[in-house]
Order: sequence, then structure tokens, then C-alpha cells
Amino acid sequence: MRPAQGIGFIYLSLLAALLLTVIPVPFQFSLYRPDWVLLVLMYWALALPRRVNIGTAFFMGLLTDVLVGTVLGVNALAFSVVAFVVAVNHLKIRNFSVIQQSLLMGLMLALYQLLLFWLSHFLTGVNFRAAYLWPVLTGMMVWPWLFWLLRRYRRQLKIQ
Amino acid sequence: MNDFFNRGPALGLRLVLAIACSVGLMFVDRYTESSTQVRSFLTSAVSPLFYAASLPESLISGASEQLMSQQQLLSENHQLKARLLNQEAQLQLLTFLQQENDKLRALLGSAPVVQGQRLIAEVLAVYSHPFAHQVVLNKGTNDGITVHQPIIDEKGVVGQVVSVGPTSSRALLISDNTHAISVRAERTGVRTVAEGLGQSDRLRVIHLPLSTDIREGDRLLTSGLDGRFPEGYPVAEVTQVIKEASQPFMTVYAKPYASLDRIRHVLILWPGSQVEAVRQAEEEN
Repeated sequence: MRPAQGIGFIYLSLLAALLLTVIPVPFQFSLYRPDWVLLVLMYWALALPRRVNIGTAFFMGLLTDVLVGTVLGVNALAFSVVAFVVAVNHLKIRNFSVIQQSLLMGLMLALYQLLLFWLSHFLTGVNFRAAYLWPVLTGMMVWPWLFWLLRRYRRQLKIQ
Repeated sequence: MNDFFNRGPALGLRLVLAIACSVGLMFVDRYTESSTQVRSFLTSAVSPLFYAASLPESLISGASEQLMSQQQLLSENHQLKARLLNQEAQLQLLTFLQQENDKLRALLGSAPVVQGQRLIAEVLAVYSHPFAHQVVLNKGTNDGITVHQPIIDEKGVVGQVVSVGPTSSRALLISDNTHAISVRAERTGVRTVAEGLGQSDRLRVIHLPLSTDIREGDRLLTSGLDGRFPEGYPVAEVTQVIKEASQPFMTVYAKPYASLDRIRHVLILWPGSQVEAVRQAEEEN
């Protein structure tokens, strides 16, 4: 096992994703906001599953809960489950082309939204609206660009 | 592959641990009283992030204010002065009415309505999840804010404070799923409860028997019976009344007066009784 290197930069990228999650956008676009933190987490779980997996996902989920005001633990659980699925299958997913990956990530994002809605429905009685699924689509569109960007980031800074 | 996850527990075990922790957190947050303290602590821990996220917007709005022409400023100033004059005139009448009201109340032997203190807060332009109708305010314990304080804007009731950090606080809007507010119909005096539906332009008025006199266009005011919101502030206007003989209660929907999806400035209230309590405590000391 290679020694850890540049772990701080991973957290820096996650912090940027957290900021993107709460940064204000015009009211009309707020439903289309991709789940930045989860996308960045999925990239790291794919690239460095030994460094970033369920522990980090849980912690970031908790921070997201506090930031966006959902019931504490809801995002933490959903992030952990998605990170688990990605980390277990990282060797398979890495072999796909970017387009296939993007479709697969759409599936993961849908799983996340489903878990989030389901838990919130039990805890606070939220009603379902189809508009809640927009982030899945925008997340899929963002994935190829994010993947390219984060791969450059990782290679430039030699994060292992 | 064998040494892949050889540091710490295996992935499956980690997942089980994470799920157990999250479920515990959810339970504590939803069903116990200690959650307000936990949330307040966490809110104060992340408040730098809120300020960092709202920085671009405040910079842009600051720049646009700087670049406003003198002509515009003058005309705005003019308008505002006219409005102030108008409202001052109305206020004169109000003071007179209030005195009269106090006298009448004294004659009846009932306690006078105490006018509380208030504070203007700005809504930090940060995102909240669509499942949770909440806003972050730029005032906290440093300004004397406490949990459960009511919040209004210029049109009506907005919500209440649910967690406080030193420099920021989080408020739950009346449209949130978990929020309900005790109201009274202005025309008839019928007392009822308006609960949020998770939609910013709709509340549901519940537990109204079919024989209740309520119409579309009725104004709903706070009744003060919940002990949180002071009496008499406008909450919502009834928009839809559905009577079905097969149902025990009517289905009534109302539209909040406050535009909950685009609030920028709010007033935080100190209900009269709290002000009295503070005053008494000060006298005792």
C-alpha cells in the first residue's frame, strides 16, 4: 500500500463542493442544483477507494444535513450507502467509458434521492414531487466534466 | 486485492456502523428535546461557511448600490420620505387608538397587550433543501436571539427561530411540513390551526367541522394561543374551501401573506411577556 499523499487536497475539493451546495442561485434554478458533494465523493470513492469511503461519506453527509437543514443523519445515511456501492464496485466502474459512467452515476444519484425522500417521508411526512428528481439529470450532465476536472486535479497534485 | 481495505474494519462493517449512527442521529434529532442544543452547536460550527457562501451575492449587491446614480438615489429617497410621512400620520391615529384600547381593557379588568421589542435581521442568501423550508438569518446569540422567537416580515408571519449560533440562526418557515401555527379568523373569530404543506404558497387549515363559518378571502390572524406567536399578526388568506358531506372536516387551504420564497429582511420579535420577564429579572437584580 502506497503512503497517503495529499489527503488535504481531497478535503479541499469536498469543502468547495459544500460551498457550491449552499451558494445562492436565482430562485428558478434552485431545483436544478446538482448534488455537488455526492458527485465529488463518488469521484474520490472511484479513484481512491482506500482513502475516501464510508467514513468520509458519513461525515460529509452530516455536514450537508447541517448546512441544508434536513433532519440530521438523513444525508449521512444516503451518502454512506452510495459510497459503499461505488467503493465495492470501483474496479468495474473504472472500466466503463465516461458516457456509461455518467449513466451509472445517474442511477446512483437516483438511489440517493430515493433514500433521501423515503427517510424524510417517514420522519417529517414530505410529499413527493417529480421536480425533486431534477438533480439526477443535471448531475448526469455534470459528471463527465467533473470527472475530467478532478482527474487533472488529482494528477497535478499527485494525490494518492 | 487482499490487502485492499486492510486498515480498519471491512467495508460492509463500516456501512453497518454508518447506518447505525445515522439512524441514531435521526431519532435524536426528530424525537428528543436535546436536538435544539445539538443543532445550535452545529449551526455555530458551520456559520463561517454560510457567510463564505453568501459573500459573492453580498459583494454584487454592494457594488450595484455603489454604482447607483445620484438621480436614482434622490428619487428613491423622495419616495421613501413620502411613505414615511404617510405612515407617521397613520401611527398618530394608532397611538390614540391604543391608549383608548388600554383604557377600555383596564375598565374590563383584562391585561393590556404589551408591545414587544423587535430587531431587523437579514436573510443570508444560502440554499435550503426543498424538503426543509428554512432560512438562515444573520443574527444570533450575540444579538440576544433565543430559540422559538417569532419572525415576521412587512406583510405577515414568516416563521420561528429553531436553532441559534453566535452570529447566525436558522428559522423554520410556516410553510414547512413540520410547522403548525394557531390562528383565528378575523371576520368570525373561529380559532383553528394552519399547518405547512411543504409548498411556499399554501397552508392547510385543519380540524374545521362542516358547519364552521369560513369563506374564501377570510383573513387568518395569529391567535396567541400557542404561546409562541403574539396575538393579531396576519398569517394567511383563505383561498379554497372544499366541503364534502362524507368527510368529518372541511378541507381549507390558505395562502400566506408573507412571500416565503423570496424573503430578504425580517423582523425578529420579542413577545411582550418575555420583555416583561426580562424587565422583572433586571429589577430583581
